[in-house]
Amino acid sequence: MSQEVLEQTNINTTEENICIRENLVYERPSTLIDIEMHYCPGCGHSTVHKILMEVVQELGIQNETIGVAPVGCSVFAYHYLDVDMQQAAHGRACAVATGIKRVLPDKYVFTYQGDGDLAAIGTAETIHAANRGENILIIFINNGIYGMTSGQMAPTTIPGMVTTTSPYGRDVVTQGHPLKIGELMALLPGVCYITRQAVNTAANVRKCKKALKNAFEYQKRKLGLSMVEIVSNCPSNWKMTPVESNKYVENTMIPFYPLGDIKVPEVK
Amino acid sequence: MGEKKLMKGNEALAEAMIRAGCDAYFGYPITPQSEVLEYLSREATQRTGMVLIQAESEVAAINMIYGAAGCGKRVMTTSSSPGISLMQEGLSYIASAELPCLLANINRGGPGLGTIQPAQGDYFQSVKGGGHGDYHLLVLAPNSVQETVDFVKLGFELAEKYRTPVMILSDGAIGQMMEKVELFPQMERVADRGYPWQTTGKPINGERRYITSLHIQPEKMEEINRRLQAKYKKMQEEEVRYQATLIDDAEYILTAFGLVSRICMKTVQLGRAKGIKLGMIRPQTLFPFPTKQFAEIAPKIKGILDVEMNSGQMVEDVRLAVEGKTRVEFYGRMGGVIPTPDEILEHFEKTFL
Ligand SMILES: Cc1ncc(C[n+]2csc(CCOP(=O)(O)OP(=O)(O)O)c2C)c(N)n1
Ligand code: SF4
Ligand SMILES: [Mg+2]
Repeated sequence: MSQEVLEQTNINTTEENICIRENLVYERPSTLIDIEMHYCPGCGHSTVHKILMEVVQELGIQNETIGVAPVGCSVFAYHYLDVDMQQAAHGRACAVATGIKRVLPDKYVFTYQGDGDLAAIGTAETIHAANRGENILIIFINNGIYGMTSGQMAPTTIPGMVTTTSPYGRDVVTQGHPLKIGELMALLPGVCYITRQAVNTAANVRKCKKALKNAFEYQKRKLGLSMVEIVSNCPSNWKMTPVESNKYVENTMIPFYPLGDIKVPEVK
Repeated sequence: MGEKKLMKGNEALAEAMIRAGCDAYFGYPITPQSEVLEYLSREATQRTGMVLIQAESEVAAINMIYGAAGCGKRVMTTSSSPGISLMQEGLSYIASAELPCLLANINRGGPGLGTIQPAQGDYFQSVKGGGHGDYHLLVLAPNSVQETVDFVKLGFELAEKYRTPVMILSDGAIGQMMEKVELFPQMERVADRGYPWQTTGKPINGERRYITSLHIQPEKMEEINRRLQAKYKKMQEEEVRYQATLIDDAEYILTAFGLVSRICMKTVQLGRAKGIKLGMIRPQTLFPFPTKQFAEIAPKIKGILDVEMNSGQMVEDVRLAVEGKTRVEFYGRMGGVIPTPDEILEHFEKTFL
């Protein structure tokens, strides 16, 4: 954690006392498998994995939860998340999750997908799962880039953003506009909850965790499809340090993708 | 004795699916097999509580199959040629992840959007893999409504025995024709098949399960490939099914699968009436192929005429099987045209006599 963030969170730490119990700011939930992750340092994927599994632990639903991993940097999510998982073909996670949820309607089912997976190759599967009101949770990691294939333009890449396939910056005239798929899905009656969160600051991490918890609770009440979009980073392909990338999220991504609830269930 | 009914091929297939205790069907309409989804929509959920979804595409349908099969459920989809093409990605994943499922291709004429008439142009796609990577489907080729029903039951059993996708390769004519059929009694749906690999929630005192086809280490991926190949070898040894007719004294063999085999049976009769010693071998499994059976008969006969409703696909497997020990010729019609028994006999006489 950077000094700046530590100062923000008002923890009086010194080199000596940082290890004591009262100052513990990071603990691995028992539902997160204790092995080294393949994610790049500072990548939002690992933070989201951690809070997702904290929620699963706190709700006590580890034995009733089935996750679907995508194709993208988080393809190996099943190595870390200590729940039953299926790995889906690129973009097909929502169809796979539909198959699971329909035969196991009382279990908790989530997909974990990147922006390319969810909003490019998997758009049809995503929209139709939403439209059918599948009782699933989509965790949508929007880092505006194809991380796994090393930095090509994504459907969510913001105008002017440089990627390996938009080396002069995304030109909306020839390359189209960023897809705000959350806003699009919010129009569908089958969807109960759409929220946009981030994990670039400690405060945002806490809010994001709350949103994940809400979504599982709505699933339990069979209210329809939930999506927690997480505006995330990709320091490696953005060619930034982790700290720079979190600033980019704050100053450039979030203004374009404002945080907060886009749709909440009518019956609370 | 089971219940006897006069039924259309596609409806009998749907009825067999319900009776086999199928847990879920995911499909997308396409001629000439839309009756399957229509029949299920009227009957399935009401009778057995089976899950039924009209998916947004065949791509989605096959991935719903993946998800539900991964939970250890008995699942099926059906489509026709263009839709089966869209399923190839999913089938490759299913084969690699070793999930049991059943699908039927009610083959129509291609390539492209083609025609809605019956054809057999999808033989290669069905038996040689179809999607990417080294894998096979176990392929059953019925030639009647009755066999379609029987193969639904058998198909589920084989899929579960081998943890593999099984395809019923039928065609538009068998799907649309009405025939008398004996139905097997309703089987119970199994609430929990208890497979150790099924993702139904991490067991309280056990390890979590995951289903994947991703193995980054080449050695590991090779190991998976070896396992698949061993499975295919076992199928080759144990699951070959074929029907041989009048082969004992035969000088010539007609060979055909599915619909065409029924036409060829008539050709055999016409030939025999003229004193030509014709026999017939009909592969019922296209993968595994009755390679040994063709190899055994090859030195004893003067030739084989392979007849298909395509440009000559199964004939390659026949030629590989006989290894040049007898002459193998081909006759085919394409694009949805069905050959007649006389036409086949005429071609046979011109070629061999
Ligand atoms: C059918 C198919 N097409 C393309 C690919 C290559 N591919 C793998 S991951 C990926 C993009 C992933 O980007 P995203 O979903 O945004 O996830 P991230 O890595 O950024 O988390 C692509 C194009 C593939 N695996 N399968
Ligand atoms: S490439 Fe980007 S998205 Fe992928 S792990 Fe690295 S930082 Fe994260
Ligand atoms: Mg991405």
